Amino acid sequence: MTTAVADAHLAHDAEHHGPPAGWRRWVFSTNHKDIGTMYLVFSLLMFMIGGALALAIRAELFSPGLQFVEPHFFNQLTTMHALIMIFGAVMPAMVGLANWMIPLQIGAPDMALPRMNNLSFWILPFAFTLLLSTFFMDGGAAAGGWTMYPPLALQAGDSFPFTIFSIHLMGMSSIMGAINVIVTILNMRAPDMTLLKMPMFVWGWLITAYLLLAVMPVLAGAVTMLLTDQFFGTSFFLAAGGGDPVMYQHIFWFFGHPEVYIMILPAFGIVSEVIPTFARKPLFGHESMVYAMSCIAFLSFVVWAHHMFTVGMPLTGQLFFMFATMLIAVPTGVKVFNWTATMWRGSMTFETPMLFAIAFLFLFTIGGFSGLMVAIVPADIQYHDSYFVVAHFHYVLVPGSVFAIFAAVYYWLPKWTGTMYNEKLGKLHFWLSTIFVNILFFPMHFLGLAGMPRRIPDYSTQFADFNAVATIGAIGFGLSQLIFIWVVIQAIRGKGERASAKVWDNPKGLEWTVPSPAPHHTFETPPKVSTEVAFQ
Amino acid sequence: MPQGVSEMSLQTYRLHMQVFWWCVAIGIVVFAVMIYTMVKHRRSRGHQAAQFHHNTKLEVVWTAIPVLILLIMAVPAAETLVELEYNQNPDLTVVVTGYQWRWHYDYPDHDISFFSSLDARSNQARRKRSGIDPYQVENYLLEVDNPLVVPRGAKVRVLITSKDVIHAWWVPALAIKKDAIPGFMNAVWFRAEESGTYRGQCAELCGMDHAYMPVVVEVVEPEAFAAWVEAQRGGEAAQAASDQAAAATRIAARHDIAGD
Repeated sequence: MTTAVADAHLAHDAEHHGPPAGWRRWVFSTNHKDIGTMYLVFSLLMFMIGGALALAIRAELFSPGLQFVEPHFFNQLTTMHALIMIFGAVMPAMVGLANWMIPLQIGAPDMALPRMNNLSFWILPFAFTLLLSTFFMDGGAAAGGWTMYPPLALQAGDSFPFTIFSIHLMGMSSIMGAINVIVTILNMRAPDMTLLKMPMFVWGWLITAYLLLAVMPVLAGAVTMLLTDQFFGTSFFLAAGGGDPVMYQHIFWFFGHPEVYIMILPAFGIVSEVIPTFARKPLFGHESMVYAMSCIAFLSFVVWAHHMFTVGMPLTGQLFFMFATMLIAVPTGVKVFNWTATMWRGSMTFETPMLFAIAFLFLFTIGGFSGLMVAIVPADIQYHDSYFVVAHFHYVLVPGSVFAIFAAVYYWLPKWTGTMYNEKLGKLHFWLSTIFVNILFFPMHFLGLAGMPRRIPDYSTQFADFNAVATIGAIGFGLSQLIFIWVVIQAIRGKGERASAKVWDNPKGLEWTVPSPAPHHTFETPPKVSTEVAFQ
Repeated sequence: MPQGVSEMSLQTYRLHMQVFWWCVAIGIVVFAVMIYTMVKHRRSRGHQAAQFHHNTKLEVVWTAIPVLILLIMAVPAAETLVELEYNQNPDLTVVVTGYQWRWHYDYPDHDISFFSSLDARSNQARRKRSGIDPYQVENYLLEVDNPLVVPRGAKVRVLITSKDVIHAWWVPALAIKKDAIPGFMNAVWFRAEESGTYRGQCAELCGMDHAYMPVVVEVVEPEAFAAWVEAQRGGEAAQAASDQAAAATRIAARHDIAGD
C-alpha cells in the first residue's frame, strides 16, 4: 500500500508542482509556506516602521524642551507606534510562524483553509496602508492613544473613521487566521499525534487562536460604538447623552488583556521548543506547561479591570481584580521554573536561538516581577499611567515576544531557506540587542517611580538623565536590528553553509524529518509519529 | 517612589518596597539557578544530558510556595486599599474639575473657586524654538499660577470630575491618582502631615497639551489656610472676572486649533 501511495504521489508531483513563477506565486498563493513567508516579511516591514516612530519619540524625549515635533504630532507617534507594533509587527509575525510551522509540526500538508489563509494575509497590506495614510489626512493620524478612550478619541480629525475601519480589517484578518489555526490543529494532525503529544508551539497557538476568536469581535464592537457615537448620534460613551465613558474602558480591556496573552502565548511555545533542543533534554513538565497556558488564558478573561484601577471602581471590584491578577503569577511562575528545570543538568550549547530564548527567560521574568508589582492596587495607583508601566509592558513585549520571535526565526530559518545563517553575526545581533534593550527600558522604571507620566512630549528637568540614557539605548537597539535584516537576507540568498534536514543536534519534532529547505509541499501522506520525534 | 507626606502615601511606599524586595529575593534565587545551570551544564564542559522530564513533588512545591508568598502580599495590600477607600468625615472638601488643559479648584464650603494653569514662564519655555533653556526655568512644567491650598493635618476629601475628556489628578507625594471623568464624580482623600509644596501632573492622556497641566498642592499651617481663605474672599470678584476672561481666550484658542 505504501508503494502505491508513493507512486501515485510521484505521478501527481510530476504533473503540476513547484510554485507558479512571478507575482502570481505570492498574490494567488494558497501555500502555507509562502503565506507564512509573506506574513513574516510584512511583519518585519512593520517592525521597521513602528521602530522608526519609536525612534522619533525617543529623539524628542532625549532632552527637556521641544526639539523636533509638536505635542499633537507626538501623540500621533505614540498612538501609531503602538497600533503598528501590536497589530502590524508582533501579531503577524506570530501568524507567519504559525503558518510555516503548524502544518510542519503536526504533519499536515497545508493549513485547513488555504484560500481563507490567502485572504487573511492580503487584507493586512490594505489595512496598514489605510492606517499609515491617516498621517497625511486633515488633523493627522489618531492621537488619543492606541486604547482610543472616548471622549478624547472622538476629538479626531478626518482620520477617525479610517483608523476604525483599518482596525476592523485587522480584526477580520486575525479572526480568519484564528479559525484557520483551530481547524488545522483539530482536524489535520498526523494520525497518532494526540493533543497532549503536540509540540508546545502548536499548543500555544491553539490557545491563542481561541483567545483571538473570543476577543477580536469585542474590540470590533467597541470601536464600532465609537464610530456610531461620532457619526450617528448615539451616546454609548458620552456622559452628556446618558452614556458612560468608563464602559468603553471595560469593553476595551476585556479585549485588551487577552490580547496581551495573544502576543505572549505563542512566544511561550517558541521558547519551549528552543530550550529543549539546545539543552538536549526533553521539556520539563510537558503537561503542566499546557495546563499553565490554559490557566493563564482563562485568567486573562477575568483580570481586565486591573488596567483601570484609577477610574473609581467599587472596593470589592478592586479587590477581586487585584487577587485574580496576582493569581496569574502562579502559572507564569510554573512556566519559568519548568524552563529552568529543562536546562538543569542538560548538555547546553548557546547558538543564537538559545541565546535569545535565555534572554527571554531572564528579561521576561523581570517583566513578570514588575507585573506582580502593578497588581498591588495601592501601589499600582502610583505606577498607573507612569513610565513604570511603560517599562513593564515593554519588558514583556520586546525581550518577551519580540526576542521569542527572533529565537524562532534563527531556529527555523535554516529549515525555511536551506542555508545556515551567519552564526557570528547572529550572536552579535543578540548581544547588541540584549544590552541595548536594557539600556532602553530599564531606566523607565526609575522614571515612573520618580513621577514621570507616560505619553508626554516634554518633561521637567529632573527626568532628563534617565530619558537621555533610554534614548541612547533606543538608537542602539534600532541600529542592531539592521544586522538581523542583513543576516536574514543573506540566508535567503543562500549565502552560507547548506543546512541538513535536522539542522541542529537531534532536535525533536516532525519539522526536522523533511529536507531543508522544506519542499513546497510536505506531508502529502500523513507521517508516522515515531518515538524518535515525539515529545513524550 | 517617594515616601510622601501622608499616612496613606507611607503605607503605599511600604507596600511597594515589600513587593519589590520579594521580587528581588525570588529573582536572586531563580536567576542564580539559571546562571548556575548555564555555567555548569554546558556541553563544552562535557556535561552529559540527563533525561528526566517531570517531578511531581517539585512541581507541587513550586506551585504552592508562590501561592503562599502571594497571600503574604495580598493581606496588607487589601488592608491599605480598604483604608484608601474610606473617604467619609472629611474636614475639608475640594472639587477638582479637569479641563483641556488646566485644572479648576472649587472649595464649596468657602465659596472659593479658581482655575490653575501652567505658569507663564514654563508656558513660554515649552514652545518649540522658544530659545529658553528649560534648565533656567524653576520647576519647569511643574509650576502653576494658582496652586490648590489646603491646611496641614486636615482630612481633605477631593471630588474629581471633568468637563471634557478624561484627565487624571496625580500628586505622588500624597499617593493620590484618580481619573477625572466627565459625568462621574470620583472621591479620594488625603491628610498631609507636613506643610510644603507638592507637585504632580495630569496622568491620563487628554490631548495636545496633556503634558502642560501640572498639579500643585500647597500644604500650609491651619492659621495660614484661614488667612488665605480670607484673602481669597476679599479679592474674589476681581479674580472671577479675570478667570472668566482667561477662560474665554483659551476656549477661543482651542477652537482655532480644532478648526471649528
